[in-house]
Amino acid sequence: MTAPPDTSGSAAEARPEAALDGMSAKAIEGRSLGQIAWLRLKRDKVAMVAGGVVVVLVLVAVAGLLLDRVFDVVHPNTFHEDLVDRAGGTLAPTGALGGMSWDHIMGVEPGNGRDIAARVFSGAWISLLIAFLATLLSVFIGTVLGVTAGYFGGWVDTLISRAMDVFLAFPLLVFAIALVGTVPDEMFGLRGESLRIAMLIFIIGFFNWPYAGRIVRGQTLSLREREFVDASRSLGARSPHILFKELLPNLVAPVLVYATLLIPTNILFESALSFLGVGVNAPTATWGGMLSEAAAYYTIPHFMIWPGLAIFVTVLAFNLFGDGLRDALDPRAR
Amino acid sequence: MTEAPTTPEQPAAADRDDLLVADGLQMHFPIRRGLLRRKVGAVQAVDGLSFAVKRGETLSLVGESGCGKTTTGRLLTRLLEPTAGTVTLDGRDITHLSVSQMRPLRRDIQMIFQDPYSSLNPRHTVGTIVGAPWKLQGVDPPGGVKKAVQELLELVGLNPEHYNRYPHEFSGGQRQRIGIARTLALRPKVIVADEPVSALDVSVQAQVVNLMEDLQDEFDLTYVMIAHDLSVVRHVSDRVAVMYLGKIMEIADRTALYERPTHPYTVALLSAVPIPDTNRKNKRERIRLQGDVPSPVNPPSGCRFRTRCWKAEEICAAEEPPLVAVGPGHQTACHFPENKDEVTTNPTGTA
Ligand SMILES: Nc1ncnc2c1ncn2[C@@H]1O[C@H](COP(=O)(O)OP(=O)(O)OP(=O)(O)O)[C@@H](O)[C@H]1O
Ligand code: SF4
Ligand SMILES: [Mg+2]
Repeated sequence: MTAPPDTSGSAAEARPEAALDGMSAKAIEGRSLGQIAWLRLKRDKVAMVAGGVVVVLVLVAVAGLLLDRVFDVVHPNTFHEDLVDRAGGTLAPTGALGGMSWDHIMGVEPGNGRDIAARVFSGAWISLLIAFLATLLSVFIGTVLGVTAGYFGGWVDTLISRAMDVFLAFPLLVFAIALVGTVPDEMFGLRGESLRIAMLIFIIGFFNWPYAGRIVRGQTLSLREREFVDASRSLGARSPHILFKELLPNLVAPVLVYATLLIPTNILFESALSFLGVGVNAPTATWGGMLSEAAAYYTIPHFMIWPGLAIFVTVLAFNLFGDGLRDALDPRAR
Repeated sequence: MTEAPTTPEQPAAADRDDLLVADGLQMHFPIRRGLLRRKVGAVQAVDGLSFAVKRGETLSLVGESGCGKTTTGRLLTRLLEPTAGTVTLDGRDITHLSVSQMRPLRRDIQMIFQDPYSSLNPRHTVGTIVGAPWKLQGVDPPGGVKKAVQELLELVGLNPEHYNRYPHEFSGGQRQRIGIARTLALRPKVIVADEPVSALDVSVQAQVVNLMEDLQDEFDLTYVMIAHDLSVVRHVSDRVAVMYLGKIMEIADRTALYERPTHPYTVALLSAVPIPDTNRKNKRERIRLQGDVPSPVNPPSGCRFRTRCWKAEEICAAEEPPLVAVGPGHQTACHFPENKDEVTTNPTGTA
């Protein structure tokens, strides 16, 4: 009883994070888990390269948009019929390697001779726009419903969980094909291409929320049992405080990782829909649509290679970055 | 606080001194199955606990894992609403108060949690965590929250400059100190400490226990100390209640319980504790309890301990032994208590 409260006790106790590079005694400012994750991520070469590719892709996508609207150099929909072998009837590009030149760095399309690079760039805009916004939509719905189900439990949980089952049992692709065929020309004040894009975002995003919902619900169920929630309640905290101040900050990391991994899935889904002809309408360039057109010219592989490569690199980059992010944020590695 | 052996209280005078009283406290968690979530049974986690905690004393609740200690703590702090019985805090019945009715009373009763790795939000700084009580109660500490937090950190033996650090930067013992600092912010009257040191290294346990004792002296705290073995709380308890499967088996002053245990379960628990002084007259043999703790969903009839008791007879299965006095302030729930003669021939119960 006479023993003083030892202030030196800390010296004997291990500092779990001391191992994480030179933490000087002067560095009193605490490092948040986010900052530690960033330090870890910076050391992960693959993830950093993948992250760099993602940044370049986003820049390319924005450039593709400007290409379409601002620059008049190479328009993705300009025909270059002089570069195509019309006389021979094969409609193949006349130049070597699919017509690759300084003017057309990826060559030109068979048939009407449109510039492939311009179409791949402007297709990047459509792909990323749809994939990003659809991801945002499913993650938003999934987080709100998942956290509600997990936190409140009881019949609320039962209701939301059953809704998830119903949505997951939905034949989404068949439904998408059927729905796109019945869209009117104008809806919700949107028309033409914008309506088409909005609808793809809705279909891809809205029907995918249960995956995010399940992850968030599961995380919430385990977080809810953590004693810091009880500690907060024992101080008189209300539900909104617990949801937004205690639980949500802990859900940011898993949701972020899931979103990064959902983007490539959505890019593939959008490509598949465009490939099947129920995506964005021609002549707007999309990667899936280009692949679909290229299928008719299977003897001219370069037409297929460029959009295929674009999809491949994008999906791979997002997946590698997402994996790196998950490792960096992994709570078990703390 | 454990200096002088506590003299048995006069029962009549005791009432005003009772800060926290549990009466017939019961918590049966329903087990629901199927789509309609119908109730098919109940986990009888806590089943009829009655005890009173006096102002300034330390009452320890001891029992094996799963016997309902945490549930009891959560009932006392009204994180759970009991299915029967009452909780009285400082003369006020808090059993069925709503969340908002309970909020102002939470300043008087606080809880230290079992797992220091789970009781601090990993996304909050120490400053946010320790300052939360004032924020949530809408109280402005004199000198501002930051200054008050730093004073608390210093009080529990932490560097006040670590205000901006995150929980993962601290060891288990330091985290538990942070948790203790948080409970002290509102200057509570009673603290329910749920196995405050069981998750810590043995070398750190004593430091944290000493800290809690010092704080008790400084702030006139009343403790309900939960532990899963009798050795940890030996030096800090004034009284000890031994729990088994949601019920109190024996409750007594510290000296009486450790020197003259009457319930076979207490005797078994004590036999696992290393004995510090060698020249005691009743040398204990080590008793190994056979078998597992039965499920609280379907507890044994009669005496709950009978499936593992070496003295069990027919009556133990047929009749539940009531908690009866075997000495002043000493109650036990057993048909065949140990050391009974000794207790009855020594009715003053001098320790
Ligand atoms: N919310 C709950 N719903 C259903 N059963 C529960 C709930 N909380 C606890 N229980 C059950 O009640 C019993 C007592 O649990 P409790 O956590 O109070 O035990 P404990 O004595 O604190 O154990 P430990 O030493 O492991 O912490 C256990 O069988 C447990 O499974
Ligand atoms: S009542 Fe019977 S079974 Fe229960 S502890 Fe006493 S002797 Fe053992
Ligand atoms: Mg417990």
